[in-house]
Amino acid sequence: MSIQVLMPALSPTMTEGKLAKWHVKVGDVVKSGQVLCEIETDKATMEVEAVDEGTVAKILIEEGAEGVAVNTPICLLAGEGESAEDAAKAAPAAAAAASPKAEPPAPAASSAPATPAASSVATEPEWKGKTVHITVREALRDAMAEEMRKDGKVFLMGEEVAQYQGAYKISQGLLEEFGDKRVIDTPITEHGFAGLGVGAAFGGLKPIVEFMTFNFAMQAMDQIINSAAKTHYMSGGQMTCPIVFRGPNGAASRVAAQHSQCYASWYAHVPGLRVVAPWSAADAKGLLKAAIRDPNPVIFLENEILYGQSFDVPEDPDFVLPIGKAKVERVGKDVTIVAFSIMVGKALQAAEELAKQGIDAEVINLRSLRPFDTETIVASVKKTNRLVSVEEGWPFAGIGSELAAIVMEHAFDWLDAPVKRVAGLDVPLPYAANLEKMALPQSSNIVEAARAVCNR
Amino acid sequence: MAKPAVKPKVESLPVKSKLPPKSSGPGDNSASAEELKSYYRDMLLIRRFEERAGQLYGMGLIGGFCHLYIGQEAVVVGMQANVRDKDAVITSYRDHGHMLACGMDPKGVMAELTGRSGGYSKGKGGSMHMFSREKSFYGGHGIVGAQVPIGTGLAFAHKYNGAKNVSLTYFGDGSANQGQVYEAMNMAALWKLPVVYIIENNHYGMGTSVERASATTELYRHGEAFGIPGERVDGMDVLAVRAAGEKAIEHARSGAGPYILEMQTYRYRGHSMSDPAKYRTKEEVDKYRNERDPIDHLRKRLLDGKIVDEAALKAIDTELRKIVNDAAEFSQHSPEPDPAELWTDILVGA
Repeated sequence: MSIQVLMPALSPTMTEGKLAKWHVKVGDVVKSGQVLCEIETDKATMEVEAVDEGTVAKILIEEGAEGVAVNTPICLLAGEGESAEDAAKAAPAAAAAASPKAEPPAPAASSAPATPAASSVATEPEWKGKTVHITVREALRDAMAEEMRKDGKVFLMGEEVAQYQGAYKISQGLLEEFGDKRVIDTPITEHGFAGLGVGAAFGGLKPIVEFMTFNFAMQAMDQIINSAAKTHYMSGGQMTCPIVFRGPNGAASRVAAQHSQCYASWYAHVPGLRVVAPWSAADAKGLLKAAIRDPNPVIFLENEILYGQSFDVPEDPDFVLPIGKAKVERVGKDVTIVAFSIMVGKALQAAEELAKQGIDAEVINLRSLRPFDTETIVASVKKTNRLVSVEEGWPFAGIGSELAAIVMEHAFDWLDAPVKRVAGLDVPLPYAANLEKMALPQSSNIVEAARAVCNR
Repeated sequence: MAKPAVKPKVESLPVKSKLPPKSSGPGDNSASAEELKSYYRDMLLIRRFEERAGQLYGMGLIGGFCHLYIGQEAVVVGMQANVRDKDAVITSYRDHGHMLACGMDPKGVMAELTGRSGGYSKGKGGSMHMFSREKSFYGGHGIVGAQVPIGTGLAFAHKYNGAKNVSLTYFGDGSANQGQVYEAMNMAALWKLPVVYIIENNHYGMGTSVERASATTELYRHGEAFGIPGERVDGMDVLAVRAAGEKAIEHARSGAGPYILEMQTYRYRGHSMSDPAKYRTKEEVDKYRNERDPIDHLRKRLLDGKIVDEAALKAIDTELRKIVNDAAEFSQHSPEPDPAELWTDILVGA
């Protein structure tokens, strides 16, 4: 019986990859453990080893094919007592379906729409110039590169940012352009290098400190809060700390509780910090440039799942978004849905579903968590009279709690229903796929919550 | 676990260890009369200032924590004798002496202690949190050990900017067990950063002796894992400190990387103002005070060597008393911060 070799996933978030090189050809006898081929993603390269023994009967995906979906059959092995020809004939359907040319790579992960339907979207009104369609990952890299070209005091440090090109490939190409003086691999010592970055900022430089994930920044929490956030105040304004702490925040996919926490409300709690959480590539670029230029410590919360999603981004190298301003992503009149980071995509998905059910939802992308754009939120709630908050983090003392308090303080008389919070469940994030999905907010939860506040 | 007996450590105090590869202090006598006089004055200023701060604290004019530097004056005065303009200085919360040695105005320091608008942080930082960009003094840090990565980052900035400056990063024997100290040392050695780590070993991290807190008590060797040279120095002798500091700073400034100096010193007062004094004996404190005092030691040298006479020392004392009196006066008459200050300096440009 013939054996199908499938395109493997190198990480829980990988959906597709490139088949870079075949190490075997038709007719070769392979042993288990032997390298069959090399595959690449935007983050990593891996050799695919044979698990089963057999003879290579057919190569289904040619060398150099890009956008090969995970689990696509890439070759057939003839088992013992089977001829290569028979094996090759056995699965022609699989081969046809797996042709990379037949199915161009999807620009976005299937979980969230890259761009919502144009008819209902409030585009950035101030932008009329040219745009380019790029991933969030590229937008972040471009923002750093542009600011580093402009200002010699800006440098990047963190684990694997230089030679490895970034654990999530955000800093790809920066070492080559800026050299090892300005793109610096650190040892795995978050507390130490965060503090070193703070000292460099006190000394007049503008560090960008990358945390491989914000989960690891807990090791550095004292330096971020006690040193970076408070020193300007404690020095009566003498000391400044122009530093950006950035990296992926929140759940990725199947990495369990210690690698999946959302820290939005932790940082948003602290005076002396600015906290931003972009959703689209335009958000990522415009806000990261603003963060680097800002004379204050900025916490920049990214999302691993969004890294590979593509959006239109203004081409202008001076495109900068203001920190502290939310964006109405979709105009509606029946209910306000407020979200940030990856949940903006889920909220827009929910809004499309709600539209089919006759509910016209307004979706606000917070973009900044400190300062908070109370004005935009309150104006929207005064129009719709209903609010649903959406966040990936835990509900208790979360961003949703703050939103509820804000609309109670500023728009109590305009509310027609109690605020509804959609949030991650109050449990450490489980590993099992079904449990993880249950613990994280899905667009169906948002639809449900919106219907509830609309009494539907 | 049995409670460890408190025993006087005077006899066992290794003033100069046999272990360090290089001993410090042979150049002691090279100081000029003017230099010796200025060290005497600088140490005595700190002593008088701290005595007055203690008094104001007792009067309820200073609140919160107040960590006095009395007994340790030779460390900072000896080290600062070697600095150049723009060399960075950073330390822990026992910081008043460092600020005075950096040339900061005693009035501004004392007024910060009393929480007044004339203080270096406009009354918003207090004893542990003062800064002077003008004097390259980067604080004043309240979290044990936090200043060590920050001081290492200041050295990083010097190197990045191509400046021939160093960072003098002071910390205590208590900090010497903090994880982030070793994270910083590793990076300093890895990247050859111009930083001198000055461990002010006053033998007690709050009430816990070094022997009870550190598995190995030769703190100057704690950088060996990273290849950082270290030296133990008699921190009660300002000239020994100066000589060791000169060498260490030169090492760092030349691009050879970090250096550790362990200053064997002693604080006469409690950790902060309320101190049970149960963890050491009165005899131990008295013995340091009477036999090892850095100011008495230098005074004797000045007089015995006929470098100055009693009258000249008396004149210094009179001058310092006036400076300290003026600072105390200022600190009581400077107004409290305006209520509007509550909302300033949270963010730049906001």
